[in-house]
Amino acid sequence: MTSVKSDERIQRVSIVTKALRRPELGALIGALVIFTIFAVVDTTGQFAQLQGMAGWTKFAAPIGIVSIFVALLMIAGEFDLSSGVMVGTAGLLMGNLISEVSLGVWPAMIITLVFAGIVGFANGYLVIKTGLPSFIVTLATFFVLKGVNLAVTKLLTGTVRVDGVDKGDGFETARDWFATKIEIGGASFQVSVIWWIGFTVFATWLLTRTTFGNWIFASGGDANAARNAGVPVARTKITLFVVTSMASALVGCMTLLELRGMQAGQGVGQEFYYIIAAAVGGTLLTGGAGSAIGASIGAAIMGFAAIGIPYALWDQDWVATFLGVILFLAVLVNTWLSKRAKGARK
Amino acid sequence: MNAKKSVNPALELKNVGKAFGSVIALRDVSLRVDPGTVTCVLGDNGAGKSTLIKILSGVHKPSEGEFLVAGEPASFNSPRDAMGRGIATVFQDLATVPLMAVWRNFFLGNEPKKWWKPLGILDIKRAKDVAKAELLNMGIDLRDTEQAIGTLSGGERQAVAIARAVYFGANVLILDEPTSALGVRQSGIVLKYILAARERGVAVVFITHNPHHAHLVGDRFYLLNRGQMTAEFVRDKVKLDELIQAMAGGAELDTLTHEISIIRQD
Repeated sequence: MTSVKSDERIQRVSIVTKALRRPELGALIGALVIFTIFAVVDTTGQFAQLQGMAGWTKFAAPIGIVSIFVALLMIAGEFDLSSGVMVGTAGLLMGNLISEVSLGVWPAMIITLVFAGIVGFANGYLVIKTGLPSFIVTLATFFVLKGVNLAVTKLLTGTVRVDGVDKGDGFETARDWFATKIEIGGASFQVSVIWWIGFTVFATWLLTRTTFGNWIFASGGDANAARNAGVPVARTKITLFVVTSMASALVGCMTLLELRGMQAGQGVGQEFYYIIAAAVGGTLLTGGAGSAIGASIGAAIMGFAAIGIPYALWDQDWVATFLGVILFLAVLVNTWLSKRAKGARK
Repeated sequence: MNAKKSVNPALELKNVGKAFGSVIALRDVSLRVDPGTVTCVLGDNGAGKSTLIKILSGVHKPSEGEFLVAGEPASFNSPRDAMGRGIATVFQDLATVPLMAVWRNFFLGNEPKKWWKPLGILDIKRAKDVAKAELLNMGIDLRDTEQAIGTLSGGERQAVAIARAVYFGANVLILDEPTSALGVRQSGIVLKYILAARERGVAVVFITHNPHHAHLVGDRFYLLNRGQMTAEFVRDKVKLDELIQAMAGGAELDTLTHEISIIRQD
């Protein structure tokens, strides 16, 4: 057998090409550029400091946590448009279980996460069984839940808001885990940031270092070829629908614990932020390629904008416009980069 | 030669027929596939090649007749059953995931794991080394198995799929029109790999409508026409012209030649 260990030609794959092959490269460059711009136009002198970091991570963490899993699902070739409304559904369910059913905070949270898992399973199962696009199936779930959130909350509380969560058993300990602040160098960071970083590392490991990650790429890249090779495509996709829904629910629970209550409209519209973060991070909308780190960088860029625009004393109303432009440019650059990477065979 | 005779054929069909409702796709088809040989099944569009592949690869069950694997009757419920018996099918264009790295494609569905297996942690180093070595054994020399398989040419992609099937213990390899979408040079690459698999003792079933390609690598030739086996040839006893002639249906080709000569005169 020919020796394979030291092949001198491997050196010819330049570091540039290797970098170009990383799906999150475009997002990383974009993030650095945007960060620099906001640091320059900053009027408070805090944007590039720890205080500024605490500010943008507070905004980015809840988006990032869900975006990571939305990205995994998109890599597997599916969308979850109900991921935004699920934040609200989960918060309201947990809140009502505490205030109306008088459950403790921890059991209420566990029931909520299980419920979200069931909704995610239903999404996945229906997509697989009916063969309908997940865009339609989860859009339907989105509207069903949106109606339920409003109707059931009004029915139970008589208002469009759930309150009194802080009277529940175990509220303070749950808050320590999910909604407390950590002082670092005089800036107070949300504990959700740690969860965000943890999930980013976990999802990256899952995607690149495990068989399941291999199946995610294959399911989205070419479901037929994957099936022919023996990959359980249906199981892979349904699992991802379940964890995406549960990630949304976790963010819903965190939001509830932080705000001590929740509005019935919470989370609606967030699904687009998740998809934008994933797409900016180099995840292909057609599936088959992408990264978890990229989605987190995408979420960070949103954090920069959310903090940087008011810090620059610009009108906050422009945040969405800014994100729209960033989305377009990022996907344009990502597409160009991935073509370059494919063309560069040396 | 006698020793070979005593060994059971890797695959054998005896008077197999397949009907879909009132449509008879295959009728009274018999063929044998020996280890270490290339068996070509030639046929034009609609001859029943696809149905034949699907029976051999476990997608369909024959309506009648016998299907023997290594001399024993076989009945497969799915391609996975067939794979379990060492029968691998490389479907045209449906073999690999273009955006994934070569090594990931090579091990897709059969990933090597390390540490505690249920965790499913990929043994990436081993996967890359094995993929590179196996591809090299088949004569495919890749600089870097990290590149997306979509960056390879069509012929190389088919070759990776073949190498993968051979590595995972296929003793029968069914190739569905592996050269039909390829140019001359690339077809050459695939034909070389077919012979490489043959050298390793694999029984190759090469399904094609191209008599030129079949003649280059085949040891035994079957002609399929309108769902029936119309001819059988053995290498050394058949010339390319005969294959082409037989495939086009002899008399039909004469008629066609005549008709076209009339059109050209106008």
